[in-house]
Amino acid sequence: MQLSRSARIALRVAAGCGFAAIYVPLALVLVNSFNSDRSASWPPSGLTLHWWSVAWGSEGARAALWVSVKAGLGATAIALLLGTLIAFAVARHRFFGRDAISFVVVLPIALPGIVTGIALNSAFSTVLEPLGVGLGMFTVVVGHATFCIVVVFNNVVARLRRTSGSYEEAAMDLGANTFRAFADVTFPLVRSALLAGGLLAFALSFDEIVVTTFTAGPGIETLPIWIFNNMTRPQQAPVVNVVAAVLVLLSVLPIYVAQRLSADTATESRI
Amino acid sequence: MKTTTARAAGRTPVRRLAGTLHRRPRLRLSLLLTAPLLWLAVLYLGSLSVLFISAFWTTNSFTSEVVKVWSTDNFHTLFTTPVFRQVILRSVGVALAVTVLCAVIAFPVAFYTARLAKPKWRPLLVVAILTPLWASYLVKVYAWRLILSQDGLADWMLKPFGLSGPGFGLPATVITLTYLWLPYMILPIHTALEQLPANLLDASADLGARAGRTFRSVVLPMVLPSVAAGSVFTFSLSLGDYITVQIVGGKTQLIGNLVYSNIELNLPMAAALGTVPVVVIVVYLLAMRRTGALSSL
Repeated sequence: MQLSRSARIALRVAAGCGFAAIYVPLALVLVNSFNSDRSASWPPSGLTLHWWSVAWGSEGARAALWVSVKAGLGATAIALLLGTLIAFAVARHRFFGRDAISFVVVLPIALPGIVTGIALNSAFSTVLEPLGVGLGMFTVVVGHATFCIVVVFNNVVARLRRTSGSYEEAAMDLGANTFRAFADVTFPLVRSALLAGGLLAFALSFDEIVVTTFTAGPGIETLPIWIFNNMTRPQQAPVVNVVAAVLVLLSVLPIYVAQRLSADTATESRI
Repeated sequence: MKTTTARAAGRTPVRRLAGTLHRRPRLRLSLLLTAPLLWLAVLYLGSLSVLFISAFWTTNSFTSEVVKVWSTDNFHTLFTTPVFRQVILRSVGVALAVTVLCAVIAFPVAFYTARLAKPKWRPLLVVAILTPLWASYLVKVYAWRLILSQDGLADWMLKPFGLSGPGFGLPATVITLTYLWLPYMILPIHTALEQLPANLLDASADLGARAGRTFRSVVLPMVLPSVAAGSVFTFSLSLGDYITVQIVGGKTQLIGNLVYSNIELNLPMAAALGTVPVVVIVVYLLAMRRTGALSSL
């Protein structure tokens, strides 16, 4: 298609505006963390590093960060196990209901978070509470794992589809048993997909707020919940600004590492 | 000597287990599937079905305890109460507006990254689109709270024109949701435009079509399924959202907020309200399937 010169310029300008619209808000969060003023008025009256040191010492933010890390690690571990199991079943076997399984894996992330949240909440409170297990860290991990399975599954299944089963068959022809073939051939092939999937699952769990709201017991405050609770408190504004800025900077990490680890799907889409 | 050790090894439990597993693919499959199916089918689908069934229960208005008697009262209330109807229509309207805005903004960006930018820059541009997806949802909404707040960036930029920003409210909600889900729309369009065969465009030009005509008759029909695929995300994510509305929406209410405010007092009503976005999304998915969008998801 031969675009006229003016059409090319118009497209370039439009794309430039698009990219500006994507990055200006994130840049604003970064700048605002150095704002010496407590209010969010623009332009900032002065710049300071003071709030960064205040945030560093903030007990609430630290505790919430720690809770988020623990929940994320727990959810990632479960998602890695279950997601890999389903991926192997779907990629290496043919059976009735295979498509249904691929669909159910995506469902927890495809349905609105609030629906998943209240479903799990009412299930936990009707089934677990009579057994003496209240809402708490355990239920948060279970909730997060449910929607994290899909990222692990997607990564591993994409890798398995690219590497046919013939490698394993060759190993077995050479005398390796099922476990040996898995440890020496299959696992090394999927290892980086597992790492990428696990990392993305952790990032997903780390960011989740809706399902957390409904599955966390009293006293369990993840970082997103902490930000949400403190966002509208003028007293906490500077600390929230810094935490937000840190999260913007950290968001480059998962995409960078996933990009290095796996060219399959990790960075093609968010789910 | 060697053969005896091999034979001895053949009798170890591990080898025997490996042999059994190898001979029985069904057993292997059921071992693979038991744990995940227990988790997803029993825990997740189980909770979901209980939730949807509870939409047909009611609550005792004095004790707000759930009465497990089948009735369609909740759905009757849902469709006859003007407030509920308004909120449902508003939520669908917001989701559609966000989807259209995303498509309109995404197209030139995707066209640039897929066809206009130098090929060596393209992968980098894709990463640039993707990175904000991994920035925290809450931080992105917070960014817009900063922009739209009083004397914030929006007010400052519009002041020279004698205007002020939209403040917190319905427009702020639409803007923020558009920002949040925009990458979900750019990516599929970028992929479709990148895969568009150049010779089709040449053929169109050879047959005398100008850029505008080629765009309408060749590019658009081929990219439309991808727009539909992207719209699945923008539409359903907007429809279920309630946090963004709470942060930048002022007094605006969407379905999510109604569900949220009913959970404590009237869970069956919350469940009935929760079925609305699910049903709307399923209908939307079925409509999109006809465009062939779902195969390109």
